[in-house]
Amino acid sequence: MKQLVILSGKGGTGKTSIAAALAHLASSEMRLVLADADVDAANLELVLAPTRVEEHPFEGGSIAEISPDKCVACGVCEEVCRFDAIIPGDRFYQVDRLACEGCAACFYQCPEQAIQMIPQQAGEWYRSDTRFGPLFHAHLFAGQENSGKLVTMVKQQARLLALDTGADLLLVDGPPGIGCPVISASAGADMALLVAEPTISGVHDLDRVLATTDHFGVPARVLINKADINPARAEEIEAFCREREIPIAGRVPYDTTVTKAMVNGQPITAYADGPAAEALRRAWAHLREALRS
Amino acid sequence: MVITVASGKGGTGKTTVAVNLGLALSKAGQPPVHIVDCDVEEPNAALFLHPTLEEREEVGQLIPEVNLDLCTFCGRCAEVCQYSAIAVVGQRVLVFPELCHGCGSCTLNCPEGAIREKLDVMGVLEMGRAGPIAFAQGRMNVGEAMAVPIIRQLKRQAIPEDHDGQVIILDAPPGTSCPVVESMRGSDYVLMVTEPTPFGLHDLRLAVQVARDELGLPVGVVINREGIGDEGVDAYCEEEGIPILMRIPLDRRIAEAYSEGIPMVEALPEYQEAFLALYREIAHRVGVEVAP
Ligand code: SF4
Ligand code: SF4
Ligand code: SF4
Ligand code: SF4
Repeated sequence: MKQLVILSGKGGTGKTSIAAALAHLASSEMRLVLADADVDAANLELVLAPTRVEEHPFEGGSIAEISPDKCVACGVCEEVCRFDAIIPGDRFYQVDRLACEGCAACFYQCPEQAIQMIPQQAGEWYRSDTRFGPLFHAHLFAGQENSGKLVTMVKQQARLLALDTGADLLLVDGPPGIGCPVISASAGADMALLVAEPTISGVHDLDRVLATTDHFGVPARVLINKADINPARAEEIEAFCREREIPIAGRVPYDTTVTKAMVNGQPITAYADGPAAEALRRAWAHLREALRS
Repeated sequence: MVITVASGKGGTGKTTVAVNLGLALSKAGQPPVHIVDCDVEEPNAALFLHPTLEEREEVGQLIPEVNLDLCTFCGRCAEVCQYSAIAVVGQRVLVFPELCHGCGSCTLNCPEGAIREKLDVMGVLEMGRAGPIAFAQGRMNVGEAMAVPIIRQLKRQAIPEDHDGQVIILDAPPGTSCPVVESMRGSDYVLMVTEPTPFGLHDLRLAVQVARDELGLPVGVVINREGIGDEGVDAYCEEEGIPILMRIPLDRRIAEAYSEGIPMVEALPEYQEAFLALYREIAHRVGVEVAP
């Protein structure tokens, strides 16, 4: 079983539309398991029309809670809290739940044992069926942290099922950026497809995400999306890739049918033939070969 | 007045709106403007503003350093740490800086006073000016996992304590996780930039949950690339009573200017007045007087 992760140095590069198209193309040739590792803004489900089969809670950290009966307003907790999460009062103190990082410093220092640490559900993860194969995805509740941990959870579950069922490919739609969820999403991948756009920050964004895949020893290929919007910048990305000896998996032209497909809840390759769909078919053929070796 | 420009995800034109709003105000000569790029993972407002950065400061958080001459390997530090950032293995104490939140709890709880704290550098703050605009950004080092401490310090440094009569525009990171909450906290208004597509709507809903429902802040929407998708965002805003303050049409000229780092108000001067109108609308909603 091979594991392909799709990444982009920043959001809005069309990564999810590309992931959906690849899922569609791959599923006609091999057995596929899908994971949407963008748990902050899981969008893959919007084009894959999944039916949920399992739903599980995800526990993140804890939050401090002060019992008004026991608190004597001594102020020790406010002193030790480095996250400005304690709200002082005359008779008792309170916790600003949104600011609390759950470090428990106050819990250990309160002389009256007035503080409890309450575990919080930080999100949910799901297994769903789609017409291209089983999909693992998740939803991190707004404002929660630990997305790296949730990504790891989603990927592990997808991996287990893929191994169990003897699937050929695990396709992971990764989160944008370079932070800890990206690290979780790329760990263990056989190949990373990096989606880049020809913009002023394109090379810079690509360079940063490459630092992450290099770190994990994951070989990368680059797909240039909306390549014809700015040919000079596209050439800059290609020159950068040549210099770093990173193969180009494809160049997808700007094509408004991509958005139309998305609005209609379809992967572009399943929706209409056009320049973008064609380019993606070629890109998939390239990736299939690259994954084989 | 502090305005945070946010969006559920990247690539919706958030930085474009933040930068052009700031530029339009400063071109009009009033009031003093600060632009703070809080997207410390991928700061790119500077690409459009070309600021001169005069000050640079390394930032990070305090992580424990154990004095092994005093340590008895009792394991208390590891027990109190909620993030498994410190471990006691035999005659060694290991610290994992990428997991540490710098809370100081281990130091407080060590019975031997064996822990000191030292600064773990996670990134830099850079401050300067872009013409009349005061500019600041944070930059997280590659390989770091936590943006929040950098954003916290960036805001502390870049927002003047008394900012009456000034406009501070924060360009938030994309998404709805902790760094976004940290950026929005304490704002007077949150401007959501979104695309009129199902993806845009999906992410807008989540971002509104954070800003309006959890943080209790007033929100308004800018629709970018109007004409690209469907009516979903309009219908949602109508239903939720969220005002749509500006619409930017789908226009290849804007995409091309963007790809070269040219601000809209310069490439397409008709937007100067449109961004000023956006500011007046926000000021009106926040209850701030605008000089005529
Ligand atoms: S330390 Fe305990 S008793 Fe003192 S103010 Fe905090 S909660 Fe109340
Ligand atoms: S748990 Fe930590 S962050 Fe939360 S209130 Fe207590 S000291 Fe502050
Ligand atoms: S709590 Fe202090 S003495 Fe105990 S293991 Fe940790 S550093 Fe050593
Ligand atoms: S400072 Fe806090 S998070 Fe860091 S190791 Fe100590 S207890 Fe853990």
